[in-house]
Amino acid sequence: MIKTDILIIGAGPTGLFAVFEAGLLKLRCHLIDALVQPGGQCTEIYPKKPIYDIPGFPEILAGELVNNLMEQCKQFEPGFTLGERAESIEKQADGSFVVTTNLGTAHHAKVVAIAGGLGSFEPRKPLIDRIEFYESKGVSYAIKDPEIYRNKKVVISGGGDSALDWSIFLANVASEVTLIHRRNEFRGALDSVEKVQRLKQDGLINLITPAEVIGLEGKDQLEAVMVQKEGEGARLLLTDAFIPLFGLTPKLGPIADWGLEIEKNAIKVDNALDYQTNIPAIFAIGDVNTYPGKMKLILCGFHEATLMCQSAYKIIHPNKKSIFKYTTVSGVDGFDGTRKEAPKSVVKSID
Amino acid sequence: MLDITIHITDREGVVHEVQAPTDMAMNLMEVVKGFELAPEGTIGICGGMAMCASCQCYIESDHQLPQQSEDELAMLSEAFFVKPNSRLGCQILISEELDGLKLTLAPEE
Ligand SMILES: Cc1cc2nc3c(=O)[nH]c(=O)nc-3n(C[C@H](O)[C@H](O)[C@H](O)COP(=O)(O)OP(=O)(O)OC[C@H]3O[C@@H](n4cnc5c(N)ncnc54)[C@H](O)[C@@H]3O)c2cc1C
Ligand code: FES
Repeated sequence: MIKTDILIIGAGPTGLFAVFEAGLLKLRCHLIDALVQPGGQCTEIYPKKPIYDIPGFPEILAGELVNNLMEQCKQFEPGFTLGERAESIEKQADGSFVVTTNLGTAHHAKVVAIAGGLGSFEPRKPLIDRIEFYESKGVSYAIKDPEIYRNKKVVISGGGDSALDWSIFLANVASEVTLIHRRNEFRGALDSVEKVQRLKQDGLINLITPAEVIGLEGKDQLEAVMVQKEGEGARLLLTDAFIPLFGLTPKLGPIADWGLEIEKNAIKVDNALDYQTNIPAIFAIGDVNTYPGKMKLILCGFHEATLMCQSAYKIIHPNKKSIFKYTTVSGVDGFDGTRKEAPKSVVKSID
Repeated sequence: MLDITIHITDREGVVHEVQAPTDMAMNLMEVVKGFELAPEGTIGICGGMAMCASCQCYIESDHQLPQQSEDELAMLSEAFFVKPNSRLGCQILISEELDGLKLTLAPEE
């Protein structure tokens, strides 16, 4: 069981900044995110695009902002459970919570801060009959361990970077790689498009475009996919694996069933005070919450994270008082033993 | 003329007649969002960068629409429920030429 002071669900900009603010109050945080990398929308949707409304930064790339947030909270040693979705929450007799992920990882904390943004990023699943039946029986939407495809026949579909990059990678691993896309054009780095072109010419990638996988066959396990090429009849293609790579989309998911008040796909919070939900000691901060006048902006998430930490402190240390301090004046003491502080001013007399 | 009329059929099949301003650099996705014709979080996920298809709609009148960009074509090729008259709402800027436009929102993926 992972134990922490504040369990944060969602490692987007809001969750990451909460780690820093909690650290100033000597509270430890652990973050859960369905994505394998921190950063939420910033790294998943637009890492290379500029943001112009982060106070103090006239322009900053979304990916860079996340790197900075990681650097800023590093000395408070946050723990991460990545690539897993927070699935269930159970209140303990002493008022604390146990949150368990889809893979069974359990986390214990007195305070839970949901910083889930637009929801947990989940793969977009193509609308193919019975596709759910074949999940983990040959169909998967992400590649965790490419070795499982060694000497296997693999069909990939999709037209973006991940479809291109994995086709290239698996060309040297699998016995046969087929890439299927609805258009002849691909939307990916020029370099990857050219590599696929070359591998196709060398007979290492079997490219079928414009085409679509329209059916799946196999008794207990996936054995073949039905491929429909534009202007031709559908035909069966034998394969061991089918990997549709159509990107990810956020879904509020299991959190919607935690007994929290939901309005407009977001969690209602008390904005007059601390962004607590209708369940005491569960907070919702950043894009995931709603209140009159709510704006889904990074800077609003930062503010909400800061106020949440003050209330979290009172829940975790009911008998202590937190003292408000400026970082400039008191410095920042990390849990890793580091200390940041303003250089002392020089006092010297002039004769 | 500042406002145009657009007929939007939402995902439940309800028809709405809305007035959209032409002088605010708004696109169709933002109009749908602004009038709350689709639940929060189910439209405009990528913010209008032709990267999510949550704003897909079917155009049902024969208005002259702006040309599809490479990005829009690429995204639609990976979208679901695509029809020949599918467009990404976020790629269509509201202009006077679109007065009387009729469209239906594509189902949520
Ligand atoms: C194209 C685009 C441009 C933008 N431009 C700007 C801008 O210029 N300025 C600005 O201020 N904002 C901008 N935004 C909005 C900004 O990105 C969001 O406000 C910000 O990312 C919200 O941060 P967050 O941490 O609250 O949520 P998110 O960034 O959405 O992160 C939430 C994380 O929680 C995870 N999660 C949710 N539920 C679970 C669960 N059950 N289990 C595990 N993990 C879960 C998700 O996987 C996700 O990684 C833009 C957004 C987009 C898409
Ligand atoms: S809003 Fe994402 S494609 Fe239009």
